[in-house]
Amino acid sequence: MNELMVQSERVCKNFGHVEVLKGIDLEVRNGEVMCIVGPSGSGKSTFLRCINHLEKVNAGRLWVDGHLVGYRQKGDKLYELREREVASKRRDIGMVFQRFNLFPHMTVLENVMEAPMLVKGEPKAEVRGRAEQLLERVGLRAKMNGYPGQLSGGQQQRVAIARALAMQPKLMLFDEPTSALDPELVGEVLDVMRDLARDGMTMIVVTHEMGFAREVGDSLVFMDDGVVVEKGSPREVLGNPQHERTKAFLSKVL
Amino acid sequence: MTVSDKAEGGRPELIKAVPVRHPGRWVAAAAVAVLAAMLISNLLTSEAYNWSEQWKYFLSPPVLNGVRNTIWLTIAAMIGGIGLGVMLALMRLSSNPLLRGASWLYLWVFRGTPLYTQLLIWGNIGALFPKIGLGIPFGPEFVSFETNALYSAAAAAALGLILNEAAYMAEIVRAGVLAVDPGQQEAAHALGMTSMQTMRRVVLPQAMRVIVPPTGNEAISMLKNTSLVAAIPYLELTFTAQTIYANTYQIIPMLIMACLWYLILSSIMMTGQYYLERHYARGTVGSGGRMGLRARLAARGGGGGQ
Repeated sequence: MNELMVQSERVCKNFGHVEVLKGIDLEVRNGEVMCIVGPSGSGKSTFLRCINHLEKVNAGRLWVDGHLVGYRQKGDKLYELREREVASKRRDIGMVFQRFNLFPHMTVLENVMEAPMLVKGEPKAEVRGRAEQLLERVGLRAKMNGYPGQLSGGQQQRVAIARALAMQPKLMLFDEPTSALDPELVGEVLDVMRDLARDGMTMIVVTHEMGFAREVGDSLVFMDDGVVVEKGSPREVLGNPQHERTKAFLSKVL
Repeated sequence: MTVSDKAEGGRPELIKAVPVRHPGRWVAAAAVAVLAAMLISNLLTSEAYNWSEQWKYFLSPPVLNGVRNTIWLTIAAMIGGIGLGVMLALMRLSSNPLLRGASWLYLWVFRGTPLYTQLLIWGNIGALFPKIGLGIPFGPEFVSFETNALYSAAAAAALGLILNEAAYMAEIVRAGVLAVDPGQQEAAHALGMTSMQTMRRVVLPQAMRVIVPPTGNEAISMLKNTSLVAAIPYLELTFTAQTIYANTYQIIPMLIMACLWYLILSSIMMTGQYYLERHYARGTVGSGGRMGLRARLAARGGGGGQ
């Protein structure tokens, strides 16, 4: 097993003329929980999406579990991966979105079972057992025959986490998982994530929840304007920010 | 005034106000009643309908044959049109510019010319392509057939309707696919699904909710458009009615009889459409799409449903 789950070297991304990422250098160890904070438009979500190739990196290199993301290197030449190869790399990376993106035409249980059966071709009985366990773990086993539209936002996000976990990923990406939730529902989602971190899951969490970052995060990254401004342990960065931009941002959110 | 003050007086008296009058409704009702009475009197007294003549032919073998042809043409045209339409829609949405262009060209031709004219062409296709063969363009041919030997009026009718319907279905399917939240595709991709898997399991089932209602309308239109294959000519319901009144001179009775048949068939289709729409509404209505018609209408009218 690789010591580093994610390794990012001068990763750049632009949409047309807009430079969103201007050379990101980051490393995430196995079992590490990294929180990324920063103002909106700072590129933190884009970076997260680059990790599972939902966005194509324009320059720099990005490795996940020792594999180059999106390309194959032969000599000093890069070959784009075929769609099937990209898809098979994504199996090992779970992603949770701000707006849940549950499949509304499937029941809660079907949402969780769909990918392991379709993508990995696992037998139904086995997947069902695991799906029920996962729903139990996020506290929604009783709702497994309901449809996502019948659940609250917090419940939907917990199902989305169970759905990602059903693929038994090595790495979980959270893209502002609590930003679309009513304040009283944030806690139940953070509880599930805290539980996951305790189990040793490698996680990268883009968030505005400073309390969660301080308590659960092993490391904290502050991004602004497409660059990593500051990184360190959450206690250092939140308690004693070194950079002016970090101080200005934290003074607004803390 | 505080809350407790209000409570002291007990429940206030119910409001008994004079309701707003709607004189317009009375005028409209009177007009409708007069028109309805005129229609009924016409239906009952006019000799031109000749109801007994209609009944004589209603279940006669030629008419039933026409009805059967109309039904299978409608079904074949819709199945073929949907299949080809989905293909054209996916081509139009593809990242391959050649496929996109081909799909666009197809739509341009088949939506830009009248169905009746297209059917006339398909009826005379033997003049355009006397032989159909497989081979290299401008080069040798491997196999070839006489077009008219392969081709029947039935095939021409079905082909003409399918090719035309596909162009309209393509636009309906494309609109349905575009209506699905892009976040759905991202979520499916993030779970490791390929584009094909995403389309089949995530996007198309959700697009169906947008696709089914206009497709039901298309099917009902198709039922009626089959009457245009008289251009081929092919003996469907309307053309059968025409051949009968060409002999009996009972023009109106035969046309009304055909209309009654169309009404029966379209009523059956509308019922089927209702159940199909309910099936694809799964997960969008409060109780998982298993509500009755009345409850659904109530939810819609009250603005309570999603």
